[in-house]
Parts: sequence; C-alpha cells; structure tokens
Amino acid sequence: MDFSSGMGLILLIVGQCLLITVSVLLCLAFLMYADRKIWAAVQMRKGPNVVGPFGLLQSFADFLKYVFKEIVIPAGSDKVVFILAPLITFVLSLVAWSVIPFNEGWVLTDLNVGILFIFAVAGLEVYGVIMGGWASNSKYPFLGSLRSAAQMISYEVSIGFIIIGILISTGSLNLTKIVMAQDGLYGLFNWYWLPHFPMVVLFFVSALAETNRPPFDLPEAEAELVAGFQVEYSSTPFLLFMIGELMTVVLMCTLISILFFGGWLSPFPFLPDGVVWLVLKVLFFFFLFAMVKAIVPRFRYDQLMRLGWKVFLPLSLGWVVVVATLAQFDVPGYARWVIEGV
Amino acid sequence: MRNFDWKRALKYFLLKDFLVAFKLAMKYFFRPKVTINYPHEKGKISPRFRGEHALRCYPNGEERCIACKLCEAICPAQAITIDAGPRMADGSRRTTRYDIDMTKCIYCGFCQEACPVDAIVEGPNFEYATETREELFYNKEKLMENGRKWERQLAENIKLDTNFR
Repeated sequence: MDFSSGMGLILLIVGQCLLITVSVLLCLAFLMYADRKIWAAVQMRKGPNVVGPFGLLQSFADFLKYVFKEIVIPAGSDKVVFILAPLITFVLSLVAWSVIPFNEGWVLTDLNVGILFIFAVAGLEVYGVIMGGWASNSKYPFLGSLRSAAQMISYEVSIGFIIIGILISTGSLNLTKIVMAQDGLYGLFNWYWLPHFPMVVLFFVSALAETNRPPFDLPEAEAELVAGFQVEYSSTPFLLFMIGELMTVVLMCTLISILFFGGWLSPFPFLPDGVVWLVLKVLFFFFLFAMVKAIVPRFRYDQLMRLGWKVFLPLSLGWVVVVATLAQFDVPGYARWVIEGV
Repeated sequence: MRNFDWKRALKYFLLKDFLVAFKLAMKYFFRPKVTINYPHEKGKISPRFRGEHALRCYPNGEERCIACKLCEAICPAQAITIDAGPRMADGSRRTTRYDIDMTKCIYCGFCQEACPVDAIVEGPNFEYATETREELFYNKEKLMENGRKWERQLAENIKLDTNFR
C-alpha cells in the first residue's frame, strides 16, 4: 500500500495518533500506580498491592470503577459546558503530545513552532478547569476554578520567558532542533541545564504550579475547597479530569527533559542515543514530582502569587536579557545556533 | 537593595529546604513498611481485649451462668436483658433468656468484671460485622455458641490475666 499520499497517508497518520495515544495512556496507568507507591513508601505504607502482582493493575481496576459509576449532573449546572470541561482538559493534554519528539524523527508532527504549540495548548488547558468550576454552579468549584485561572496564568508568564531563553540559544522553535542543539562531545555537560541552570529550578517549580500539583494544588485544596473545581464531578468526567491532569504532569516532565536535559540524547558520549534515555529522564522527573507531593506542604495563596509575580517573573525576564547578551557575544553554550549554522 | 538578604534568597533559590526534605524522605522511602496486610495478617491483641461477647461453660458442659443478673444491673448502656427461672431437669436457677443488644453495647467490659463465675466474657473476636441490624441482637443460643467456639482462647486469656485480678 502507498503510504505517501491519499488514503494511505491518512491511515498512517491515524495509526501514529493511535500508537501515541495508546502508549501514553498505558504509561499513565502505571505512572499513576508509581505515584501512589512513591507516596506510600515515603509514609512507610505499602500502597496498592492487591490487584494483580504487586498491585500493578490497580489503575485498571480504578478505571473500571470510574467508568461503571453513575454520571451525576447537578440540576443547576450548565449541562453542555459541564460535560465539555473534562473533555477539553483531556483532549488538550493529549493533543500536546503530537509535537513531542521521542527520538530523532519519532515525532507525529515535526512542527517548526512546536514549543509554541505546546505553550498554546497548555494555556488553553486552563479553560477546562475554569469551565468545570463555573458550569458546576456551586461555591467551592467556582472558587477553585478562579484560583486555578489566576495561578496558571501567573506561572505561564514565567514559563514563557524561560522558554524564550532556550529559543535564543537554539535559534529555532522546533523541539527536535532544540534537542539536536544540545548534542555535543561532552554528553550531559552539553545540555542546556548547565548554561541555563537557574531556569531549570524555575521551570520545575513553574511546571508544578502550571499542572496544579502540590505544593500549588490550591484549585483543589482538600482542606478548604473539598476538591475545588472537581467537587461536582463523578464517574467518567472526573476520570477525564484526573487523566488530563496527570497527562499534563507527564508532559511537563517530558518538556523539562527535552528543553534542559537533551531529550533522547545519551548522557555519556560513549553510549548510543535513543528513546530509552528520554523515558528514563521523564521517569526521573516524574519521581521528583511525586516526591514533591509527598514532602512539600501547600503554599498559601498570597505566597503563591508573590512567588509568581515578584520572584519568578523578574528572574526569568532578567535571564532573557542575560542570555540575549551572552548569545550576542557568542559565549559558548548560549549561542548554539552559531555552531549549528541554522 | 541594601537590606536584601542574599543568603536567604540563595537558600530558597537552590531549594535547600526541598533538598533536605528530599533526603529525609529518601531515608523513610527505604524503611521497612509498617502496614499490616489486614485480612492476611493481623495485629497483636492484648489478652484483655474486649471484643465480641460469649457465654462460657464448665469443662463438663454445664453452663456457668447462674442468672445473678449482676451484668444486667451494671451494664451502663442497658444492653443486657435477662429472664431467670428454675431449670426443668434439676430445678437449679438458670437464665431462660439472655439477650445482648450488640448495637447498644459500648464494650466497657463491666459485665465480665461483675460476673462472679466468669460466665459472660468479652472475647478476642472483633470480626463479626453483619449485613442486617437484626443479626446483632444476640440471644442466649448465639452467646453460648460463641462460648463453645472461642473457649480455648477465652480460657487462655483469663489464665494470663489471673495475676492482675
């Protein structure tokens, strides 16, 4: 069959989409399990260990439980928006994976504005939360969604500036090129984490805030808002919210790996590059995300806003200026595009 | 800018608190787990544990209870109801009815303390959840059956506790 045009091409693209979706969702099932095991271990508990060997199939049991439950739609809610909100969260978090390069050439859409696309999708994701909280027509969800809106917007600004620093160094918006620009003779010392070190910390913390993960899980703070914007949700819509959120977390882990830690590049020059490295890096950052959830107490809302606007924004903005200056004078590590000749 | 605490800023920026907490968390991460796999493993129970009630018998099969009604009198929740009368066979004083409402009982253990013949006791069993409320209204038959079922452990627990009574 001809896969270069017409029906064949469409089939090929659909196949690739399915491959990515299924593998990401499958990984997610086990990452959810890993997440719970990690919190359990830190608290000296055992965590899920009943379903399947070592409880490995726990996520699938949970999935079935969610799917078979009754969908409760509050009488006062805006029904269309109420159902639409989790769909938006889920679909958008899935869509962002289309531009992620898993290996050299292993990318569904080699978009030349890939990073911008991810940033746009991540920005849209806040709508799922806002719509969910607003459509529930109830107090706590509304408060939760308002918090979420302010929080995600605040941290998106600093994430944007951090990304600009990377872009100045690379000279391209293409994620594959960003990774390739980090290739070099010195393995892991060629990656962007070294020249852009301050921004790695900032990006990690901003990613936590962007994905509503603890210590920034104010939109769903159990202590005050029960579950925030998710209060009125049940069954499959709730499941979609959960999957969407976790998928964004994994996406952020992948993004850190790609932007600062060289994607699929091998950390040692004598070992071959490959998708294994990307997976290992993502797992490492996912582990950090899980540990943060286990050990860091929740921020107060004013602390969150102060950190976002008065610390992260000036720091990342200043860093853009610094990187731009260094790149202008061809300082090694800051002006990769000069070497690449792009 | 003169009053800016650079040291503190650096500490926060390099996530020093986070790193310290991370180290501590990793220490606990590899500690042995304290969870008990409940249905398969069970925690240790004191011989004085006050669980499900039982009416005991003497080794020759004679029931211990003499219908003195001390347990009924002392029960703070008034969960025990006793009727007494002479037994058909030998005319000795026995209970004709011995009911405990397990939904009322507060498991204070006064009944077993009041009992002069160690007839009513609270055993080590705590797994007797039922699907209906009615099943928790225990009668004499049920309590005697519990006594027969748990006798060995009940006797053992009373023996262990004798020095302290």
